[in-house]
Amino acid sequence: MASLKELKDRIGSVKSTQKITKAKQMVAAAKLRKAQAAAEEARPYAERLASVMAALASKVSGDDAPKLLAGTGSDKRHLLVVVNTDKGLCGGLNSNLVRAAAAKAQELQAAGKDVEFYLVGKKGRAPLKRNFPSQIGTHFDTSTVRYPGFEEAAKIADELVEMYESGKFDIAHLVYPTFQSALVQNPTIDQIVPVPAPETAEESDAVVEYEPGEEEILEELLPRYVKTQLFGALLEIAASEQGASMTAMDNATRNAGDLINKLTIQYNRSRQAAITTELIEIIAGAEAL
Amino acid sequence: MALHFELVTPAKLVRSEDVHMVVVPGAEGEFGVLEGHAPFMSTIRDGVVQVFKTEGGAAEEIAIEGGFAEVGDNGLTVLAERVDG
Repeated sequence: MASLKELKDRIGSVKSTQKITKAKQMVAAAKLRKAQAAAEEARPYAERLASVMAALASKVSGDDAPKLLAGTGSDKRHLLVVVNTDKGLCGGLNSNLVRAAAAKAQELQAAGKDVEFYLVGKKGRAPLKRNFPSQIGTHFDTSTVRYPGFEEAAKIADELVEMYESGKFDIAHLVYPTFQSALVQNPTIDQIVPVPAPETAEESDAVVEYEPGEEEILEELLPRYVKTQLFGALLEIAASEQGASMTAMDNATRNAGDLINKLTIQYNRSRQAAITTELIEIIAGAEAL
Repeated sequence: MALHFELVTPAKLVRSEDVHMVVVPGAEGEFGVLEGHAPFMSTIRDGVVQVFKTEGGAAEEIAIEGGFAEVGDNGLTVLAERVDG
């Protein structure tokens, strides 16, 4: 049985842990609202870009399509772009992402493909390196900025497009969470390079005039589309991190509360036992006289 | 009679309003868009978009970077990577 002092210290330490988790929970709740708003505001751009892409891609096809749309003609080397958070304390979010990425990598390897990783964010690095020590390629550090935004997305996209143009990989997949609610963030895997041919939009009767030309516009549009995809992923990871963190910290706070209750009962019982023992000793002493 | 003008960046929808005319710095020269313009799509060079709220009124200038403009049935949409101001 632990001594009274030990119990008291233990209660104190659990209490301060609870304070931390509670604070983190409230911070996450406030940040979540912001991250969600940002994700919502980014939607119109992505939607418009996708619809323009669809219209153009259906017109420019065949041999003269840019490499980013048509592909390299091979599907041997795959690149997995895994977007993780930089900070922990967000429950199973990162391990779910890593698990999804690893499963995809194994599936591709089983099909005889080469797989390499491109990591965004700190938290995915260690577990993926453990399982695929020789396949970790570039790591993009997002921890230097507070809120990774479009600039970071643009940098990542430029690097990816450059790697693609120089023939380092054939197909790139993006692994990121889709934020559904504070409780649910499912890992999603999308192909980003070559840009998957969008479903054909409904044809309007009007003849659209292009300046300079359809191909030139498409060529400029494709890297931008990749950027937008990455930007979307960064926003999703931001919202998911806060959501997951909020849920995880809520649970942690509740657990700490339960633990404190249990320890307090234990503490009171031992204190009572000590008092009773003391009383018995005194009475026994008095009777002996 | 008005032209529906939308200016969108990745971060947010900057403008969505009805205006008289918009002058866009296209890659092959500036072009003005009035209501009823034929469907048209162009890349944009970095420059200034001039928004005329009313006919003959003063232009409001918005500096933009990187993007393209689309004119369709529902007006003019400018997608820009960055908007200053």
